[in-house]
Amino acid sequence: MQFLRNIFDNLRPNFEEGGKFEKYYKGFEAMETFAFTPGHTSHKGAHIRDAIDLKRTMFLVVIAMVPALLFGMWNTGHQYYLSIGELTGLGEGLIDKLIFGAIRVLPIVVVSYAVGLGIEFAIAIKNNHSVNEGYLVSGMLIPLVLPSEIPLWMVAVATAFAVVIGKEVFGGTGMNILNPALTARAFLFFAYPTKMSGNAVWIPQESGMAGVDGYTGETLLSQAYNAPTGTEFGTLAYDAAGQQYGSLADTMWASFWGWIPGSIGETSVFAILLGAAILIFTGIGSWRIMLSFLVGGLTMSLIFNAWGANSFMSVHPLQQLMMGSFMFGMVFMATDPVSAAQTTMGKWIYGFLAGFLGIMIRVFNPAYPEGIMMAILFMNVMAPLIDHYVVEANINRRLKRAKVAA
Amino acid sequence: MSTEVKEAAAVAVKEPSEPLFSKKNKKLLTDPLNDSNPITVQVLGICSALAITVQVKQAVVMSLSVLAVMIGGNLIISLIRNIIPSRIRIIVQLVVVASLVILVDQVLKAYVYDVSKALSVFVGLIITNCIIMGRLEAFALANKPWPSILDAIGNAAGYAWILIAVAVVRELFGSGTLMGYKLIPDAAFEMGYMNNNMMILPPMALITVGIIIWIQRSKNTALIEEN
Repeated sequence: MQFLRNIFDNLRPNFEEGGKFEKYYKGFEAMETFAFTPGHTSHKGAHIRDAIDLKRTMFLVVIAMVPALLFGMWNTGHQYYLSIGELTGLGEGLIDKLIFGAIRVLPIVVVSYAVGLGIEFAIAIKNNHSVNEGYLVSGMLIPLVLPSEIPLWMVAVATAFAVVIGKEVFGGTGMNILNPALTARAFLFFAYPTKMSGNAVWIPQESGMAGVDGYTGETLLSQAYNAPTGTEFGTLAYDAAGQQYGSLADTMWASFWGWIPGSIGETSVFAILLGAAILIFTGIGSWRIMLSFLVGGLTMSLIFNAWGANSFMSVHPLQQLMMGSFMFGMVFMATDPVSAAQTTMGKWIYGFLAGFLGIMIRVFNPAYPEGIMMAILFMNVMAPLIDHYVVEANINRRLKRAKVAA
Repeated sequence: MSTEVKEAAAVAVKEPSEPLFSKKNKKLLTDPLNDSNPITVQVLGICSALAITVQVKQAVVMSLSVLAVMIGGNLIISLIRNIIPSRIRIIVQLVVVASLVILVDQVLKAYVYDVSKALSVFVGLIITNCIIMGRLEAFALANKPWPSILDAIGNAAGYAWILIAVAVVRELFGSGTLMGYKLIPDAAFEMGYMNNNMMILPPMALITVGIIIWIQRSKNTALIEEN
């Protein structure tokens, strides 16, 4: 630690007033506070003393995403080996799969951080404000919601779009209306649909080996949508090798652990729940939003079950919730403290509607296989409105009480 | 043009006649390009700016149509401004603009049928373009024909350059072409480049207009509101 401290202390004069790199002081400050607790304290107004600051908060969220990321790497490798028919067993070739996945996934993470932080630093230095911490989380969220086959330049374009249009134009971290990571995903989804949806993008392909005969990389979601009316999806579902899972229980088992095709970090309910546990235990993620989101999705699934007009509607509610990005959206996207509702009551409403709408969009509109993304973005926009009415209702309730007393 | 001459003569008694391109008249031409741009500052005519900027060709034709309608409308209204009863002036303006739009529509159908097809309802909707009604109401009704024409040209040009700028961005990144000519080489596509589908959708037009407004305000700080 002393070693790091010395480096910063030696560099400091260069960045302070009159130094060679005076202009870049804010960049230096960002790096220093990233490593050490900042020395300055608030001097006026009410403030809370706490060991945790925004940078630590953001970092804990990143830690919460690590299980999903690691699992995503393994799964990327696993899906690849399944599709070529080698090492098909779950326990086989753990290291091979991890390395294969890391080669595919890590460049996406690096590009996302490099582009996003680059823009953040540039804007902070230009406008002479401190670098915002928010991108630490967004930079990890973006890779996790993308298919592993996404071209890197698309990641760069989408990241730039999300940081500039989704965040900086509103005033930076804390002022954004939309969740930046979801903005990036939505941008890619509409801009390059052939790389973001369909059957070809979920399973890594060796270049020059594309198009292995008779193999399909359909996600469970698209299988569920395509299942003929009257059949039960759970028993028909198959994996990347074309092998049927056999029964609903087996399909659910695979979805829970996550060895199914899908976006990098979204497939494993287990890894996501580990992250959820970290978020809830440290009090960073709102358990109210997660719970109401879950209840909302469950309610809509049960309504569709009762309706049962096609086989997608009759998918078992638990299976419905474990497919696609429902869980990931619930734990990491909807709980974003900036774009979610702020009031306690507002959080319940916000979470419930996001889950409810997510399943509704997913089932009703096959053009948007990822209804969760749309639903959360939509509720992001509505969150201030919800908060407004919650606050108004609270004021009215207390006014009424005051009048009765008088 | 006889009325103009007569009027000019009548005014000459009161004040010295001003040259055709006096400072004030030049301002009529240049102001709408930047300081009071109809789209980026007054935020009028947004609807058509979003709808017909997918291709540069459509944007150019649309701009020319608006230019024609505006010059005609401003001139006619300015000529008859003293005999329009103020109670029914909106109706009169509408009739004038509508007739001109029908004329333009017929010309487009006759000479550039494919573009006219692509513009579809938006040619007819020039009637409701707020910029035109706004200029008639705010300028032509109170000014002489020559300044009115200049005002029309200025505002149409202000509308046009935004429209074409947006269309250039959208066509280049959305379809890889400009005015229908392929600009992005096949080699780029083979290397993995793809056209941005979102550019073809209206939301991206709105964002592009927003970015133009952003750039404009960062250059022209007088436009930034105190807040």
